[in-house]
Amino acid sequence: MTGESAAPADRAGRLTSRIPRGLLPLALWALLFWLIAWPLLLVAAESIRGPAGLTFGYFERLFLEPREWQALWASLWTSVASVVLAAVLGIPLAFLFERTEFPGRRIIGALVALPAVLPPLVGVIAFLFLYGETGFVARLVQAVLGLENPPWRLEGAYAILLVHAYSMYVYFYLLTRAGLATLDHAAIEAAQSLGAGRWRTLTRVTLPLLAPSLRGAALLTFMTALASFSAPYLFGGGFRVMTTQIVFTRLNGDYGLAMAQTVMLSLLALTGLALAREGVQTVARAGGKGIAPAPSLIASPGWRLAATAGGWALGLLLLLPHLTLLLLSFVPVGTWTIETIPPAYTWRNYLTLFAEPERLRPLVNSLWMAALATVAAVGVSLLAGQMVIQRARGSASIEGLLALPWLVPGTVFAVALATAFNVHAPWAGRIVLVGTLWILPLAYLIRNLPIASRAILAGFRGLDPALAEASAGLGSGPWRTFRRVTLPLLRPALAAGATLAFVTALGDFVTSIILYTYDTRPLSLEILSSLRQGDIGVAAAYGVLLMLLSGLVFALGSEKKVVTR
Amino acid sequence: MPYLELHDLTRRFGARAGLFELSLSLERGQILALLGPSGSGKTTTLRLLGGFEQPDSGQVVVDGEDVTRLRPEQRRFGMVFQHYALFPHLDVGANVAFGLESRGVARGEVARRVADSLALVDLTGFERRPVGGLSGGQQQRVALARALAPEPRVLLLDEPLSNLDPSLRERTRRELRALIRRIGITTVMVTHEQDDAFDLGDVVAVLKDGHLEQAGTPEALYRAPATAFVAGFIGRGSWLDGRVSGADAGITQVRIERAEWSFRASPASRLGEAVRVLVRPEGLVFGPEGTAGLAGTVTDRRFAGATAHFRVTTTQGNVIEVSAPAEAAVVGAAVTLVPQDSPADAQQLAHCFRAGPE
Repeated sequence: MTGESAAPADRAGRLTSRIPRGLLPLALWALLFWLIAWPLLLVAAESIRGPAGLTFGYFERLFLEPREWQALWASLWTSVASVVLAAVLGIPLAFLFERTEFPGRRIIGALVALPAVLPPLVGVIAFLFLYGETGFVARLVQAVLGLENPPWRLEGAYAILLVHAYSMYVYFYLLTRAGLATLDHAAIEAAQSLGAGRWRTLTRVTLPLLAPSLRGAALLTFMTALASFSAPYLFGGGFRVMTTQIVFTRLNGDYGLAMAQTVMLSLLALTGLALAREGVQTVARAGGKGIAPAPSLIASPGWRLAATAGGWALGLLLLLPHLTLLLLSFVPVGTWTIETIPPAYTWRNYLTLFAEPERLRPLVNSLWMAALATVAAVGVSLLAGQMVIQRARGSASIEGLLALPWLVPGTVFAVALATAFNVHAPWAGRIVLVGTLWILPLAYLIRNLPIASRAILAGFRGLDPALAEASAGLGSGPWRTFRRVTLPLLRPALAAGATLAFVTALGDFVTSIILYTYDTRPLSLEILSSLRQGDIGVAAAYGVLLMLLSGLVFALGSEKKVVTR
Repeated sequence: MPYLELHDLTRRFGARAGLFELSLSLERGQILALLGPSGSGKTTTLRLLGGFEQPDSGQVVVDGEDVTRLRPEQRRFGMVFQHYALFPHLDVGANVAFGLESRGVARGEVARRVADSLALVDLTGFERRPVGGLSGGQQQRVALARALAPEPRVLLLDEPLSNLDPSLRERTRRELRALIRRIGITTVMVTHEQDDAFDLGDVVAVLKDGHLEQAGTPEALYRAPATAFVAGFIGRGSWLDGRVSGADAGITQVRIERAEWSFRASPASRLGEAVRVLVRPEGLVFGPEGTAGLAGTVTDRRFAGATAHFRVTTTQGNVIEVSAPAEAAVVGAAVTLVPQDSPADAQQLAHCFRAGPE
């Protein structure tokens, strides 16, 4: 119909509205603006507010003091380098697991994607135990070469890059595999029949076709690296990037400067995003209609053996840190001193966690705070989904607000919340939440919103609007339609959104370190303090627990089968 | 008194698109087919009837009750959606039961009526099947059973046959007609296929750009199209340009190429006025050589049993379709075309319209 462009807006809008139209969207918009945009705006305002009115002094310092611009530069170049390294590791890995068949391909291929769903902090401490100066590898080298001191210190820019490459290859790995799986194989066969050799086919056909996936992966890696906090915090040493610099500046009480740094980091993130925007948009549409070929069995037995060995070795290498963590969680405190391999093993570390109330507390904290934040995020996403699907006025800006916490590094949000909610000024939308029970669940909620809403909005978009109409036509009011048709059909999307959100909140470190109180300290901070106190076994046990919980939640979340078709 | 009435229904989308002042009425148990190209407003009409869309002005009246402002769930209309919109998370039985449960029918009663409805569409025993495993035709029947189960006042069908294979289409159309007749439910269907509209519709309403062109029985539309659009949209035919060359005693002479045809019904009567003539393939015959007619050459011939479809290109370049006995001519032959009868529209196989913008 010619009226198609104008029709659906009204069509859907007219269906549900006994409540004055536009009131609910407005309320939702106001809530999101207050929680998400307002704190950021306050930070921006603070960054140019000096003791005597408007000042650009903090920004001046940002560019003039070597410490400051070096941190800015460090954030930028480590992020770019992380993208390159992750690509170098992730892309070949994707080809190996998607295009060749060898024993164990499926299981290792799935395990290799694991770091994507594990809390970054767990990865980082696992890394510490494996490659740190007192880690397995260092001890091994020390023993083999008979050195007196550990052969290296895992510190500085290269340590950070190593961790980034090791954990962020997953984005390239997953997106490249997805791209390969939906690639129209006929294009490749066409190239071959036109006389293109392997290399030419790869560079002229396959990789260009994968470009949208690769751009998406690059953007994801860049944003994650820029926002990365755990690795620079634990391995940075004197090497500062923006995220860590902000935290230290705040610790020094230099709040104005911290605000300017926060603004700068957000700008950096938003610039990166703007540059890659095109890439993201195409990613959404990436994927042809072609049928991917089955992974080919390599004919030559020698190569086949090599692929098998390579696949297993790489898989093992990538999973080694987490295996280390598992092993160390069984090592009694103080027994592993100079030996290459821990001499004794025990369940004690785990028992300690559950036996001592103060040890159990962080676990309980993390669980209830993550659960609360997840339930709230799902609720908000459901409301937003209804608005978006009805194309209610302002739904586009609601969507924008929901995405914002993903675009801006977690450190920025933590600082923004700490700024907005530490004074009592209700007329300015500011109340005191910092130092209370509620600030962390709120922070988790805000960080969860993009994750939950993305999955849930996608679910809403996938719904055939005719289904709700069919239900109405059969005599069901809006509420019954929502309960009996919309909600059941959204179940897979809800499960996916809730699962991701919960696991993210459970392992959160970035925002927690800025906002936690002793009473609400979460798992991640307890891991850190155990580590500082030398309770390596306990820290490892917490880490394993976090991994297990995350895994369990994922298993539960994905068990609910998609009922459609 | 008509059972279903549409009074001046108007629904605007932007400046040009929409539906404008549509008025139609339908007796109880009749089938109305809304026919038109895409963008004609037929789907909008159906959605206005279902309550999925609100008119800017006008009324929908059922059995004397104004239902215009009723929400879809209050209307008791049954709708079969184009892509069926079966609930994928419910099985066949639960889909059919949905409307009954919405209306608070008692549980035992629900089961019985679900079974009845499924029997009606020949799907007895399909209650526990998942809807995903059904064929296209079966899905359509489930959608029909679901719409009919709550015993709606009016049945709405959105392109009911468009998703079916050609082989299935014909049969489904017959079954659908038989079913609707058996139940005696007042039905409104949307289609862009003339065959569907003619086969199912007691009344066919032709829409174009949101305006009703003509409503009537299929015969009336074919035999006496009110507008050039209806004439061209319904059935086959060839358009020819002509000019009024004389008018006398209710007979209008029209000059077409070198021939002169006479028409009884012609809106144009001014001498020299431009007209357009639509002539059906069976409205022309091959005249004996030398007769006054349209001279041309047979450029194509498709054999179709007793008759053949000829394509004749006239000396002035018009291309005309003619159905004639299979042996009437061969490709390449020079022929002369004359109307079956005189006046040319005596058998209602040719129609004359005023030329110019429609």
